[in-house]
Order: sequence, then C-alpha cells, then structure tokens
Amino acid sequence: MKPKETAEHFILSSSPHAHAKSSVSRIMLDVVIALLPTTAAGIWFFGMPAVWTIATCVTTCIVTEALCRLAMKRDNTIGDLSAVVTGLLLALNLPAGIPLWMAVVGSVFAIGVAKQVFGGLGMNPFNPALAARAFMLISFTGPMTTWLKPFWWRTPDAVTTATPLATMKTWFVAEATASASPHGLCDKAATGIPCLWDMLIGNMPGCIGEVSAIALAIGAVYLLVRKVITWHIPVAFIATVFVYSLIAGGAPAMAQVLTGGVMIGACFMATDYVTSPTTAKGKLVFGVGCGALCMVIRQFGGYPEGCSFAILIMNSVCPLVNRWTQPKPFGARKK
Amino acid sequence: MRTVKSNFKFKGGVHPDYNKELARDKAIETLPLPAELVVSMSQHLGAPAKCIVKVGDFVKRGQLIGEKNGFISVCVRAPADGKVTAIEKRPGPTGGKADAVILDTTAKEEGSGEQGTGNGERGTGNVLPPLDWKAASREDLLKRVEEAGICGMGGAGFPTAVKLNPPPGKRCEYLILNGAECEPYLTADFRVMLERADRIRVGVEIMRKILGQCAVRIAVEANKPEAIAALEKAFADIEGNVEIVVLPVLYPQGSEKHQIFATVGRVVPEPPALPIDVGCVVENVGTVAAIADAVEKGEPLLSRVTTVSGDAVAEPKNILAPCGTKYADLVAFCGGEKGTPAKVISGGTMMGFAVPSLEIATTRTTSGLLLLSKNRVFQYGSGPCINCGRCVRACPMNLNPAEISKAVEADDIQSAEVDYHVMDCIECGACSFGCPEYRTITQMCRRAKNSIRARIAAEKAKAAAAAGK
Repeated sequence: MKPKETAEHFILSSSPHAHAKSSVSRIMLDVVIALLPTTAAGIWFFGMPAVWTIATCVTTCIVTEALCRLAMKRDNTIGDLSAVVTGLLLALNLPAGIPLWMAVVGSVFAIGVAKQVFGGLGMNPFNPALAARAFMLISFTGPMTTWLKPFWWRTPDAVTTATPLATMKTWFVAEATASASPHGLCDKAATGIPCLWDMLIGNMPGCIGEVSAIALAIGAVYLLVRKVITWHIPVAFIATVFVYSLIAGGAPAMAQVLTGGVMIGACFMATDYVTSPTTAKGKLVFGVGCGALCMVIRQFGGYPEGCSFAILIMNSVCPLVNRWTQPKPFGARKK
Repeated sequence: MRTVKSNFKFKGGVHPDYNKELARDKAIETLPLPAELVVSMSQHLGAPAKCIVKVGDFVKRGQLIGEKNGFISVCVRAPADGKVTAIEKRPGPTGGKADAVILDTTAKEEGSGEQGTGNGERGTGNVLPPLDWKAASREDLLKRVEEAGICGMGGAGFPTAVKLNPPPGKRCEYLILNGAECEPYLTADFRVMLERADRIRVGVEIMRKILGQCAVRIAVEANKPEAIAALEKAFADIEGNVEIVVLPVLYPQGSEKHQIFATVGRVVPEPPALPIDVGCVVENVGTVAAIADAVEKGEPLLSRVTTVSGDAVAEPKNILAPCGTKYADLVAFCGGEKGTPAKVISGGTMMGFAVPSLEIATTRTTSGLLLLSKNRVFQYGSGPCINCGRCVRACPMNLNPAEISKAVEADDIQSAEVDYHVMDCIECGACSFGCPEYRTITQMCRRAKNSIRARIAAEKAKAAAAAGK
C-alpha cells in the first residue's frame, strides 16, 4: 500500500506536549475570589467609602498598567489580572475614609513605580501593594492613621478612631496591663480593645480588608484548596506572632494575631509569588521572619503596626533566603 | 512470589491526562508487511552500527546488515526479506540523520524461485538456533542477547548485553522490570504484560541466569490491574525472591532512578553513577520478552509493539510492526487520519519528539506514535517567571527549574550547572507541564545540558590534543 502523500505541516516544538492548563489569569482570578469575603465584610462595616476606595484603587491600577505598558512599548498585560489583584489588595490595606486622590496616587505608585519600572510582573522585588502602602503612610501619615469606626454612620459625632493596636502597644510597657487583659472576655469599655468575637468577624476599626479574620480565613482556605498558596507562609507567620506575644507579654496573643494586618498579611500579602521564596523551607523561614519583624516593630518600633514593613523587609532578603534554602537534588552526593 | 504495594514515594511528579482508554483494550495486531522498510543503523544509544550490505543486495529476514561498532553499540538485522534499494542518511524522530538501509520487501531475488514476502508472512525457519536456557552457559546467553541486537525498548535503547554484564566488582542485587508505562496515551507495555506475560517470565529466568542470583521486582503502576493479574498468574510458581510491586500512578514513575527508589528504596547518586552502583538493573518489560524470544526461539529483535493513538487517528491500536516501518504505514493501518492532525509525536506527550513528517520510520525504541488535533496542542509563551514554585514542587529530581530557566535566559550556564545542578535533569517535562506562564523550562534545561556537554567535549579534545603533543 502506497503511503498517503501529504503536504501537511505539523507543529514542531520541544517536549512536553501536554500542559496542566494552569494560567496566571486563573490564579489571579482565584485570589480575587478569595478576597471577596473580606471585601464584602469591609463594605458591610464601613459602607460607601469602602466601595469608593476599592473602585478607585482597582481602576487606577488597571489604567496605570495599560498606560505604562504603552509608554514602555511592551505588550498590554492587564489581561493577566495582576493589576486588579494589586488594586484590590492596596484598597483592602487602606482606611475606608482615605481621600480618593490619595488612593489614586498610591495606586499609581504601586503599579508604576513598584512594578512596571522593574519590568512588570515577575520582576518586582517588593510587593507592589505594600510598597504603595508604605509610600502612603510616609506621605499621608494623618489620613493613613485615621480609621472609620464600624457602622460610623450611626454615631455621627464620633466617626473616626484609632485601631486597637494603639492601645495594645502601651501594654508592652505598662505592668498594670496584666490585670486588664481580657483574655477573650468581652469587656471593651474597661480594656479599650474589642472582644474576641468582634475581632473575629471584623467589628472593629481598621483597614477595609484587614478587620474580618473569619472572612480572611475563608479566603485563605479557598486558596489552599485551589492550590494557589501553600500552608507554609501563613502558618509560619501567624504562629510566630502568636508565640512571640506569649513570650513577650503584653496584649493577649489572639488579639495580636487578629488585629492589625497579620491575617491579611500572612495569607494574602506575604504569599505573593514574586516576592516570596519558592521552596517550602524558604517559605517557612520567610514566614517566621515576617512574624518576628512584625512583632518587633509593634513592640519596639515607632509605629503601632509592623506588618507592612515586616513583609517589605523580608521581600528585600527573599533572594538570600532562596539561596539558603535551595532543594537538595535527588541523589546529590554529600560534600 | 507475592504482590506488594510500593513503600516509597519520590518527591514531586505530576498527573497529566493519561488518555490511555483510547488504546488500552485493543489487543496487539500484527501489521501486514509494508512494501518498503527504512532500517536505521542508529536505533539505540551509542555508536551507530556499521552497514555491511550494499545497494542491490538481497537480504533475508534476520540477516546481519549492520555490525556492532564499539563497546556501547548494537548490531542491526534485516526485519524482512528484501532488496536493498538505497543506503542513505535519513532523519530519525529527533531530526538527527543516520545511515539507513532502504529495503524493498516486494522484490524477488532472481533465480531463487522464492516469492517476496509482501503478504505479511514472517520468514520461514529460525534465524539463530534456539537455545535451552536451562542448559546454556551464562556466556552463551549473553552472546545471544548481543547477537539478537537487543537494546532497551523503553525509549533510551541502551545495549542490553552491556547492561546485563556489570563490570567486575559490581553485582546485581535487584533485577527490576519496568512495567510502569507512565507516559500518557501509551499502552504497548500494558498489552505486552497482558498478552505475553509467559514470555516475560522466561525472560526473567534467563536474565537471572546471566546476572547471577538476584531478587526480582516487577514494577507496575496501579492503573493496570489486568496486567498485574496476568503477571501474577505467569509468575505464580517461580522460585526465588520475586515480587510484583504496585506503584502509585504518578508521572514520571517509569524513570529509572525513580522506579528504583519506589521499588527498593535505593537512591542512585548523581551522574556519573549508574543504577548498578546501587546493585540494580532496570529493564523494560518489552526488552525482557524480546530476550526470551531471542534465546528460546532464536528470534532476533526485529519488530516491536507501538501504540498508535491520539484524537486525530481514526482507530487507535497497539501494533506489532517491524522496526523500520514508516509512520505513514502505521497510520494507514489505523484507518488513516481523523480530521487534520496538528502535531505528530514519536513517544508520549511528556517526553516524546514532535516530528515533521510521517515518512520517518520506527526504531527499536518507538513505543508510541501520537496524532493530535489542534484542540490538544497548546502554545508556549516566553512570559517572565513569577516564582510561583509549581515547577520546584513538580521536579522529581528535586532541582529548581525556575532558577535554571532564569539562569539560561540570562545566558548564565555556569550558574545553572554549578548552583542548580542542571546536569541532573532527566528532561521529564514535569516542570513545564505546570508552569502558569507556559515557559519552555524543559527546553531551556536541554539547552543548558547541551551547552555543558559541548564544553566538556571540547575540553576533552583539547586535553587529548595537548597530551598527544
């Protein structure tokens, strides 16, 4: 039988010829989905200002990325949804009442300076949302440290307040605090910090997305199930904060974990792929470092909140952590 | 003899879509002898055989047409009666060209009165005298394996006679039969285990005689229960330390080093160490059956079972065909193409070679031929590494493919070699498989390895030249 004459052109490429069909945009979409519970909680507690802040940040980030890519004569990458994630994360790390023009400036910084200048996704050394938050904290300290109370529209005379962290910071030094620690009891008037239940659901002042620990936990579980993140960084981070507070004294360890940006930082900010180590060992080291630095800043530093700076510092040593925690090849000879 | 579950699991690995149901239940069919065979002198790992026939010669089935050329080499024999119409360089599946003998199997030798065997009959009589393996000496058995032109049929094609003859000081403690067949689509080894388990048993007895007393482990993945049952029946009353080890379904379970770890828990050190350094010899089940045929029936390795599958071929099949059959003939036997194939792969989808034409011919190591439609083909990109770590988790050799790919992109081959051990890479493709940026990580590893090999070869040549002065 004569073989069939064929003028077909077959695609030639290197193996493998199969793919798991994973994609960056799918991963980013999963992150957005995981952030929806805490976004909803933030809007529930802080109302319309939260909606405006989130909308402003996300839109500005997308527009900034498109314009930057145009100016750099590179392909338009807004389709990979990483700008959406950065915008959403930045908004969730801002007080709901922040003036919108400041949110715009922060978003432009996040994408333009902290990401695109380095070459775009994959090239940035620092978490763009956190870098922008740090920039805004230094530039707009007042508005960045003034938070709306949950359901602020019910008490028009006193809409803003400080977060519980400000109070908890004093507890590191005052010896009298030992007796005042509520240990989970709901005694807000006496202690000045919310009770455990309020901290879990988010009925406390703070940034839009950082208040509701339960909502954040739901999102984190979703990411674990979808295999977007592994357990190493969140567990190492939170465990370190917990253990540190047990040893250092001061506010109860649960309060330290549930207030400030620890929950959102450990689950969503420190786990950013580009700026965290690739191996399991590296992730554990990274998580412990973040947790320790966060608590050191809270205890000894000038700010009541140390999470953002802790993560940024660990971002800067991430390449070093990667070098130290390389996997050992299968069959490698002992040197 | 007993069946056990594997105690060890290597780190990493991936789960591609296997698509084995396309050809799994198709019993092995024998291809009618094609009119033309393209018999390459390089169907194995090592130096190509030296062609000893000329254009115009009439050869008989099993006749030696290529001599073994060096220590790591294998001879080549004619797969059928025919006339040598040409000897020229033909491309193999990797694109590299080697001398090939073009045989016209319909040609009739003048004056002989014999008809060409174009009707699919195998040649009459035995090519080599059958041996009684119980009575034959170890040396005779080894010589028979060499004369029959047997090489590893799992894909690498290492000369079996060399593998079964460990250097002095190295002893084989475990003979491991590789029945994992972890590549997607391929079912050839599965059918061989199912239909020819008795031949595999004879092969094991022969190999035990050659290697000296050793334990035997038959490794099969858990997705082949029928094969396990067939092997259990064939090996039921065998003497000695023989076990069937059921391995979890994980790619690349069939990789030599990972199979050794999964069955006996031993770790083969980095190159240049070999499995024999940890007392193990691994052979594909097809090779083992071929050894049995070579000894008992005097039948050299002239044909093999190839799975033809994919969604762009009309009827996927497992075909027993001579080594030297053009892909086009295999596809025609399967009812031809279904729709337009976008990609043709020799092997499986994880480590197979994409080929440009169906005129390429099979060799002793062609385990599969896949015709894939556009729906099954994906497009690579050159996106940046986002450090997600999927490749690091997938790599069965525990390397850091992300860093290797970034080093190769920056042309820093030195870093890839020294810091990230790229020479340990087995090119299994698990890294690229999961990359969300569709980076060509495996290809970059290959680039680095080729570059390093070329540098080492150049250094060796320079040293040899300097020493010669």
